[in-house]
Amino acid sequence: MIRQSYAAVVERNVLWEGDFVTEPYECGWATEAIFFVRRLESEGTVAGTRLHVQISPDGMRWCDEGTVLRLTEAEIDFCKVTHFGNWLCLRGELSQGASMRVIVTLVLKE
Amino acid sequence: MHDVRRSLLDADPALSRFDPLPRIILYDDFDRGLQGWSELIGNYEVSLDSMLPAYADLRPPMLSSATMWDTGTAGSMAGTYALKLATRPQRGHIAASLKRVTWRHRGPVRLESFFTFKPEATKMTLSSKDVRSVGVLFDIQDQEKRWMPHLRYLNAMEDEAQEKWQFKGQREPLREIGDSGETRSHFHLAPRGWEDVPEGKQSLCYNEIATKQNWHYLRVDVDLDTRQITALQCNERVHDVEGVEPMIMPAMPNLWSMLNVLFWVETDVAKRAFLYLDSVCLSGEWSSP
Repeated sequence: MIRQSYAAVVERNVLWEGDFVTEPYECGWATEAIFFVRRLESEGTVAGTRLHVQISPDGMRWCDEGTVLRLTEAEIDFCKVTHFGNWLCLRGELSQGASMRVIVTLVLKE
Repeated sequence: MHDVRRSLLDADPALSRFDPLPRIILYDDFDRGLQGWSELIGNYEVSLDSMLPAYADLRPPMLSSATMWDTGTAGSMAGTYALKLATRPQRGHIAASLKRVTWRHRGPVRLESFFTFKPEATKMTLSSKDVRSVGVLFDIQDQEKRWMPHLRYLNAMEDEAQEKWQFKGQREPLREIGDSGETRSHFHLAPRGWEDVPEGKQSLCYNEIATKQNWHYLRVDVDLDTRQITALQCNERVHDVEGVEPMIMPAMPNLWSMLNVLFWVETDVAKRAFLYLDSVCLSGEWSSP
């Protein structure tokens, strides 16, 4: 059998400023995931910002998984995560005066 | 021949619960993956900002094991995974997912699915009036017309239980997108212009708390030749579709022989609403060349 894979665009053309979190995504079928964050535009200093992968037992209560996505000057940054249970999301906080418009793609593989 | 075919269907644990027309166009069991169902997006040109705002965020579908905070994994009707559509926790938000194919014969087409819907169980209350609606539509084009049968189960509106089937024949305005003159868009899911299916009241099994859900059977028949909705059945109820009209409009460029099927869910409160599909079967009737 070919391994299943799926790319979910969990945020598209969304403006991040201050605290932000992606919508919960249920993906218990997958064993590996990559969060890609693509910057469409930004203001202020966003490079160096640390985004945290979160996991959840129920899709409503979240804790940091430990994996960190560190934003750079590049258009696209990513992080890899495995052994995440059933839900994933990504949270972060931009410093005052900073904002960015993003596409976040969660790429999953069995 | 017909009896042999039915016997074969009856002996198949996956298809026995369906009543497909002779040709199965697609049978999607979401235990096998997302099966080609994708997010609906509005038309755009040059920039995503050119999209009609209502189309901007109709959410990606996911595979759900229907896992609850109190009882763990419920699974799907036949297996573990169902296709799940989830709104944002914003009143009136819609999540929509679709399959895009084409038709090869202008005749009867049947859509069947086993589905259920629930609000996110963020409160330890019944929450039965949190999901506004779940719906299904076809988007079809032949040589003369584009026509779009829309049907929804209106569960609740503004904290009032409704529990009835509705249709939408009223078109939404067609807007120009961008400057090229090649792109247009209309938000046909807009929450206006819906009319009641005759005697379309139907109470579904919601169950007694927000984390228990029962699966429902849905059948919608359309006739590509007469451009009519010919049947609507949910569980034991076969509804009267007399006067249940589709949206109809002149054929558009680039959509020839289109046959799209789309499901959606809409929340009535600032809480996520979920629609789960265990499986979908689309079938038609035509003879061999």
